[in-house]
Amino acid sequence: MALDRKVAYIDLTTGEIKTKPIPVKMRKLFIGSRGLDVYLLYNHLKPGVDPLGPDNVATISAGLLVGTLASATSRCHVAGKSPLTNFLGSCNMGGFFTPELRWAGFDHLVIKGKAEKPVYLWIHNGEIEIRDAKNVWGKTVPEAQQAIREELGDRDIKIMTIGPGGERLVRFANVMTGPKNAGGRTGMGAVLGSKNLKAVAARGTMDIKIAHPTEALEYNKRFITQITSAKVSQTQGRIGTPFIFGATNTQGLVRCQNFRLNQLENSDDVEAEALDEYSIGMAACFGCEVHCRSKYIIPEGPYAGVYDEGPEYTHQCAFSAEPGCRSALTILEATHLSNIYGIDCLESGSMIAWAMELYEEGILTDKDTDGLELRFGNNEAVTEMMHRIGRREGLGDILAEGPLRAAKKIGKGSEKYLVQVKGMSNLNSDERATPSLALNIATASRGSDHLRSRPAIDLYHLPEPVMRKIYSQPVPYDGPLTSDYRDYEGKAWQVFWHETTYMAVDCLGICKYHTTFLGATLPNFDEWSKLLYYNTGLEMSPLDIWTAAERASNMERLFNIREGLTREHDWLVDRYYDEPTKLGVPGVRGRTIDREKFRKMIDEFYGHHGWDENGVPTPETLKRLGINKEPSYVL
Amino acid sequence: MAKVLMIDYEKCTGCRLCEMVCSVKHEGVSNPARSRVKVVKWEWEGRYVPMSCQQCLSAPCQAVCPVKAISRDESLNRVGIDYDVCIGCRMCVAVCPFGAMGFDILARKVIKCDFCDGDPQCVRFCEPGAIQYVDAAEVSGVKQLAAAEKFTGILQKVAAAIAAV
Repeated sequence: MALDRKVAYIDLTTGEIKTKPIPVKMRKLFIGSRGLDVYLLYNHLKPGVDPLGPDNVATISAGLLVGTLASATSRCHVAGKSPLTNFLGSCNMGGFFTPELRWAGFDHLVIKGKAEKPVYLWIHNGEIEIRDAKNVWGKTVPEAQQAIREELGDRDIKIMTIGPGGERLVRFANVMTGPKNAGGRTGMGAVLGSKNLKAVAARGTMDIKIAHPTEALEYNKRFITQITSAKVSQTQGRIGTPFIFGATNTQGLVRCQNFRLNQLENSDDVEAEALDEYSIGMAACFGCEVHCRSKYIIPEGPYAGVYDEGPEYTHQCAFSAEPGCRSALTILEATHLSNIYGIDCLESGSMIAWAMELYEEGILTDKDTDGLELRFGNNEAVTEMMHRIGRREGLGDILAEGPLRAAKKIGKGSEKYLVQVKGMSNLNSDERATPSLALNIATASRGSDHLRSRPAIDLYHLPEPVMRKIYSQPVPYDGPLTSDYRDYEGKAWQVFWHETTYMAVDCLGICKYHTTFLGATLPNFDEWSKLLYYNTGLEMSPLDIWTAAERASNMERLFNIREGLTREHDWLVDRYYDEPTKLGVPGVRGRTIDREKFRKMIDEFYGHHGWDENGVPTPETLKRLGINKEPSYVL
Repeated sequence: MAKVLMIDYEKCTGCRLCEMVCSVKHEGVSNPARSRVKVVKWEWEGRYVPMSCQQCLSAPCQAVCPVKAISRDESLNRVGIDYDVCIGCRMCVAVCPFGAMGFDILARKVIKCDFCDGDPQCVRFCEPGAIQYVDAAEVSGVKQLAAAEKFTGILQKVAAAIAAV
């Protein structure tokens, strides 16, 4: 059964490994993956530990529907205390690693302690072995995976690994699988690096029994059709996420030159169509019909002829609009560098753009950059800084510390140029004209992040009845809703609704591109309830799934509060309130976020959660969700 | 007209949904080790090739079977296994030139594609159309068209290059 996968506790200091089954009761409470991960962390991680010390705990997990007949359920979640934010660390990726982990018998790995020397885990049909990584340590992301396959003599082994960035404790290092699937936020790669854990290799041939196979087959066919009939999925399958760039940049919703501008003008050379020239076809994650990963070969330069995958919308902006560059080749090269070093493209691009603004302002000089002309628009500077961050050389060593620590080291007022929340850089979108998107990044549970609660469909100007239909299920809502993305009214509910939705899919292991994140007609709680029943036999109504997701979100809030989070942390940098946007369509020009309205929005957002004015879950809320006695140490 | 699986690996996105639906259809479980189709991959080249039984007209598996458990089913143009006769010697696995005769280590039996009795699930679920179920005679027609397009495309490019000079 899909419910019989276990949790393994692995102590790298002592070498002790224990396994436990996951009771159905816990499935109903937290479903799996991100939900159970935060439960495990709340139970096993002591508050206040050094994120890069042996006392940090890392969890690696697969969503509950991974490896069943539910399409596009490939997601892997890695969590712990973040070395970037000192709050919850949490990242999520697709690829082929987690189905293999489940066929090998496990859903959750809880990694404790620190190995004496570099090791990797080999997980095979219910067995876990800690192996010497001397032949793998120091290798890039692709090299490491190939080396492990060779060492274990099986080309079908799937591997999650860190790159040189994680080994060197870059505070925004990725965990990665395959050529480009990256768990790229909050620096979980550095956490694994600090534990001397280079990789986890998995291979399994254990059945995942499908509860109702005939129904699961038929329902999955309908589920797939629902997804592929959406225009947004078709576009994505054709050119990948870069399609978002044109739509948002044209309006003036893209961060450019760090935060000076909100649009990259004359952007033809870096639009999706320009990048598509280099694409040799599309690739898919496990069981996915959308196939949104572009395959490309770098046409010229030092990496001429090298194969890689991406670039995504995030790479595209991080290596063009943010540093003010207009070179497709630079995007391709920098994407490749983020993939081989295993460092977050988003954080890297933001740090480089910030350093460029400091250089333009005279805060950083040629002496700091070792002669590198770190000006906006300098393509070579982008790739050179990617190398320096990945190797922790010169200024790269400082930037590798992430926004707040780097600003502290550089000083000279550099912190006021940062574009971050809770010590994590903001996505390359500009939210000054979109209060709902601004509320999302201000309140996300893993630092500034768009994938936790962004109501991206707010940009579509959906008719109010359509919004009403989406946002009134599976819990009723009769408050205000408006189609104008510049409004403040009702947006707090949308952010809360999306937050709960994304938590649900992160627990189930479904990719967010198959949810209302991108398209109003894409699957939702009703569909997930059926998928869950046909595949696993678990009976959970749409409302049950919603409540489980809400429960897990509250656990994340409790975790963050235990680590010192206060209302002040749910706040944007001053630039959002003080510097009006300069470019874009008329409705977007001259916009800032209004402090007072934004405060009120946050109050409403807390209210929807059942949190008090300080953002702390009330005793009634915790009791309603049945988590008033945590930690309960069931797992 | 007898139908066959036509595989166009250039369309394959490597998602492996075919492996899943195959094992669920036949065994009620998700387990690629028990699938009749397998996507062979070179991840760092972006090359993915679905491999399945070719239902050979002169099938080595049929020829080598010492107990004549393997026979041709002309109604579906397929090569089938009679499990009541099969002794599990795996000679068929050894001789198949495509590696398409598998051995299911859990059920302890040889396994191969049976076209799902005329409604192959791998085809049904392959969105990019990398695996199609078509009349045998159609395959060469499709290939001819693709080759002709490629050929004339090259000629047109050459002509354009000459014209440009």
